Parts: sequence; C-alpha cells; structure tokens
Amino acid sequence: MKHAISYHTLAGNSPGFYGLLGAAAVLILLGLFASYNMEHHGHTITGMTNQIVWGMPHIFAIFLILAASGVLNVASISSVFRKTFYHPLARLSGLLAITLLIGGLSVLVLDLGRPDRLVVAMTAYNFKSIFTWNIFLYNGFMLIVAIYLWFMMERRMERYYPIAGMVAFLWRLVLTTGTGSIFGFLIAREAYNTALLAPLFISLSLSLGLAVFLLVLIIDCWETHCPLGEGILHRPKTLMGIFVGAVFYFVLVYHLTNLYITGRHGVEYFILVGGGIYTFLFWVGYLVVGTILPLLLIYYPKFNQTRASIIAASVCIIVGGISLLYVFIIGGQAYPLQIFPGMEVTASGFFDDAKVHTYIPSHWEIMLGISGFGIAALLTAMAMKILPFLPRSLADAAVGPEFTD
Amino acid sequence: MKEETPIQSPKRRDFLKTTAVVAGMTVAPGVLLHSFSQVNAADAGKPVDQPVTDAVRWGMLIDTAQCSDGCNDCINACKAEHGLTESVRPEIAPQWIRKVGLKDKLTGKTYSLPVLCQHCENPPCADVCPTGASFKRADGVVLVDRHICIGCRYCMMACPYKARSLVHETLEGQRPHSPRGKGTVEGCNLCVHRIDHGHLPACVEACQTTGHQAMLFGNLKDPNSDIAKKLSQVQSTALRPDMRLNPGVRYQGL
Repeated sequence: MKHAISYHTLAGNSPGFYGLLGAAAVLILLGLFASYNMEHHGHTITGMTNQIVWGMPHIFAIFLILAASGVLNVASISSVFRKTFYHPLARLSGLLAITLLIGGLSVLVLDLGRPDRLVVAMTAYNFKSIFTWNIFLYNGFMLIVAIYLWFMMERRMERYYPIAGMVAFLWRLVLTTGTGSIFGFLIAREAYNTALLAPLFISLSLSLGLAVFLLVLIIDCWETHCPLGEGILHRPKTLMGIFVGAVFYFVLVYHLTNLYITGRHGVEYFILVGGGIYTFLFWVGYLVVGTILPLLLIYYPKFNQTRASIIAASVCIIVGGISLLYVFIIGGQAYPLQIFPGMEVTASGFFDDAKVHTYIPSHWEIMLGISGFGIAALLTAMAMKILPFLPRSLADAAVGPEFTD
Repeated sequence: MKEETPIQSPKRRDFLKTTAVVAGMTVAPGVLLHSFSQVNAADAGKPVDQPVTDAVRWGMLIDTAQCSDGCNDCINACKAEHGLTESVRPEIAPQWIRKVGLKDKLTGKTYSLPVLCQHCENPPCADVCPTGASFKRADGVVLVDRHICIGCRYCMMACPYKARSLVHETLEGQRPHSPRGKGTVEGCNLCVHRIDHGHLPACVEACQTTGHQAMLFGNLKDPNSDIAKKLSQVQSTALRPDMRLNPGVRYQGL
C-alpha cells in the first residue's frame, strides 16, 4: 500500500511569518530605492565603471540564478532518477526554483542602464546572442517548472509527472549551460573565454542549490514545527559534498588549463598570487571556507552527525560560492584586457596602462543585490501560505518505507 | 466685343508674368538648395535618400610614425564634434577615441597611436547584443541604436578593444547629429553624419589640419582610393589580429 504524503499550507499567523514578510519587504524597498537612484542619477553612483562593467548586482543575480537551477535538482532526483526518498521535498524544490530565479532576474533587470526598456528586451531579439537565448531559457524554465509543479500537485496529471520532470531537468541543464556561456563566449577576456564554464556553472548550481534548499528546509521546519528526521537530511547532505567536490574538480581543471597556456599566465598569477582581495577570496573564501570546511563538516565522522554541521556546511558553501563568483566576475574584469600583446602600455587616456582596475562596491549595488533574496523570500512565503508545498511531517518514521529506496 | 479685347489682353499677360515671377522666386531657392545637397551627396558616392550598401567599406589607416606623442587633436575634435564632456570621475568618462603610448617589451621601441572602435567586419559587440542595438551597417560602420539599447553592457564585456562606454551621468549639451543618452552604451561611430555627406570624420580632419597626416580615411573597396592604394604599398596590421575580426581600422608601423 502506498504511503500518502500529507502536505499543508503555512498558517501564516506566527510572528516568524510576519517577521519574514516584513524583513523581505524592507529588503525589496531598499533595492527599489537603490534602483531608482541608479536610474535617476545614472550608474555614476555605483562602483561600476567603464573598466569594471559588471559589479555586485551581477554577483547576486548570478548566484540566485545558479541556485534556482540547482535547487530543482531535489525534484529531479525524485522524478528523473526515481529516488523516491526525495519525493516529499519535490514541491518545495520546484517552488524555490521559480522564486529564486525571479529574484535573480529582478536584480539583473533593475541594474540595466535602461530598466524601463524591459519591454524592448522582451520583444527585440538578436538570436546570435547567448543573452537572447537566456531570456527564452529563463522564461521557459519558469513556465516548465510551474507545469511540473501543477502535475506534482494535481492527482489527475500524476501520470505526466515523470515526463514534466525530465523536461524540467533537461531544460535546467541547458539553462545553466547558457548562464556559463554568457562568460564562456567572451573571446577577449582571458579569465572567461573557455567552454569549461558551462560544466563549472552546472556543478556550482548543484552545490549552491542544495545548500540553499537545505537551509530553507531546516528554517521552514523549525518555524512550522514540522518534524524533520535526521535520515531525511543525511542523504542530501552527502550528495552536497559530492557536488562541492565536482565544483572543485572543474575549478582545478580551469586553472590547470590556464596555467598550461603561456598567454594566460598573467591572469593566473593575478588571481592565484598577486591579486590582493581576489587572491584572498579565492584561497580563503572559496577554497578553505567554501570547499575544505564543508567537506570536513560533511564527511569527517566527528562532525557529520549533527544538524548544526549541515547548517554550517550549507552556509560555508554559499559563502564559498559568492567568493568564487566575485573572484571570477570582478577579478576577470579587474585584470586589464590585453589589447597590445608584446607591448608595455606606457600611457593611456583610458586606463590601458593600469596594472589592475580598481573596484569598490557601492552600498547601492549591495542594496539592489540583496533585494533579490528579499523577492525570493517574499514570493516563497506567500506561495507556501496559499498552496500546500511542505509535508506535514518529515520525521523519518512518517516519511514511510517506500521513500527510503 | 472686338474693341474690348486689346484692353483685357495686357492685363492677363501682366497677371501671368507676375505669377511666373512670384512662383519663380518662391521655388528657385528650394531648387537651388536641392541641387547643392545633390552635389554633397555625390561626393559621398551615395544619394542621401538611398540606403548605404556594401559596395563601400569605410576604413582607416593610422600611421604610428606620423602620430605625435602629446598631440591630442583627434581626441579634442571628437569631443567637440559629439559634445563629449568631462565626467566627475575619469573611470566613468565616455571615451570614443584615446591616445595610447606603447613600448615594445623586446626592442624598447616606442609608439604613440589613437585607439577607437575598430569597426570590425565580425564585431563581437553586435554578436552578443541581446536586442540588436549594436549592429554593423552595410558599409562597415559599427553603431549603437540608442532607441533599443537597454544598457546591459554585454557589448562592453565583449569588445576586445575597450572601445565602448556606458553613459553614467545625466548629459548636457548634446548635439542633434550625435544622439546620446544616460544608461545607454556608445562608441566611435566614424562620424556617420559627416561621412554620409562626403566629409571626413572629425578626428581625421583634425589630424590633417595639424599637418600630421597620421590618419587616412576612405573606402577600402575602391582600389583607386588613397587608403586602398596605400594599404597595397605599406605593411599594416590590425590590433589583436589573432581574433580574426578583420577590423576596418589598420595600423602602419606597429
């Protein structure tokens, strides 16, 4: 006999719920205020320049977009790989995929020089641009995951559920390939121009997505007093460790490849040795905090038995991911373009002679970037209040034997 | 009846004469102006009422031996022509053309040269632009349509020559022939408003006025043009030729 999972909506009357809504609203208002000022005064009030073209908003936006595609992995494991153990978590996974993506895209749009021309971006297309393809991939992702969720929640559509899951899984792989290719197709920038960025971004999305998912799940269960068994946390935690290892593998191959290419020794030296904040964030932020520490917390027997270690590992992975994105996105621009190979630039009216382009993030950019989290949190909380996304109990015993494959 | 006719005939003739004179005075200036514009258009090899074609490819040859270190006349002419003003911070100032000083790491030889949009045959900026605002005209001029530029700056990330700028500030003193807008991206447009009427780009004109003769502009596809003749005689190179973008701007002596 099949063990039915019972889902529920949030009661939505607790101080925690209203506190979350209030905090999210404050973050959103701050982000809108920042965007208004950037629109009114121009990007001169930000730390972004004609040298560092993309800044903090892009780091937050890409983090959220990667997390959105990665968080869907929980549902994909359930419906594509038939690991029914993950089935009770699939609805929350699909919901977060949509809300995190909306948060990330909102930041990206509000950072535009002309955000009022969003309608132009949605109607005028250049199909040679990977940006254009990403517009379709992002919108398509939201539509497909919404249908996937509908099939999940509607008993009559249950038989189509695996097909929808497969389409969503394939779509998310293409989507993250597209996100990585935004940088991978930049032929002139030594830090970017490589096809490795597509699998690197996919692996990064998997680790970030699962880290965000586990944190949201633990917070939700804590707030709603939903029992959450250690067993149900154990497997995703182990899987998260594998994803962290996968990210490390691609980062390693990326740097080894660049170290092998003589023309890229300059940028490699800059990132790995002499890049100041970028070197620090790579070794300490990404490697120690974002890779070694979580792997210890996940796999070392002394630590890996407690829930606190799962929370700590997830936070470390998020910090490491943001560090890696900062090193990659800002560091890749801070290292000057090589317009004149073999020449030393002795003078320039446009900073061609700079050893490194400086970037100091402004509070406006950070306000706008963090508002993406606010948008995702607000939409998630409201959706959970309206529709049943969370199981009533995730206690090991309540989940049932058929979910422990 | 016969007697009355001679009286009326002169009046009619006068009326017709007067009408002809007035009509002539009214229409003549217009006809004259129209013929002047045709003359200007003929200089450009293209009537103003017809679209550009790929029969022409505009290009520029920069002779680094003639470019004087310390001379910024090309930059000043560009700023004056397009109304480019100073910014509060140099990092955000729009740059359509800049002077660069170079020193060969191996030989120690020094160079001075202007760098501007290289007007590539295969421009990466146009490839990556999501809305098609960055585009290449049939005659090889790479432009930004400010009406559909959303300010995403992906073209700035893609350009190998750092030839594009975002307008970071509110603008003042814009020129009617050079549309610009806060929040949109811009770069050298080869003075399309001038070359379409048979004039040289402002930077080239300024360089020739000062007598440096470091910038030569013309139709690369016309074997009889000065630039085509010189390119067939002297050694020239493109910036980052390894990218095979086939820029319209070439450098001699680099």
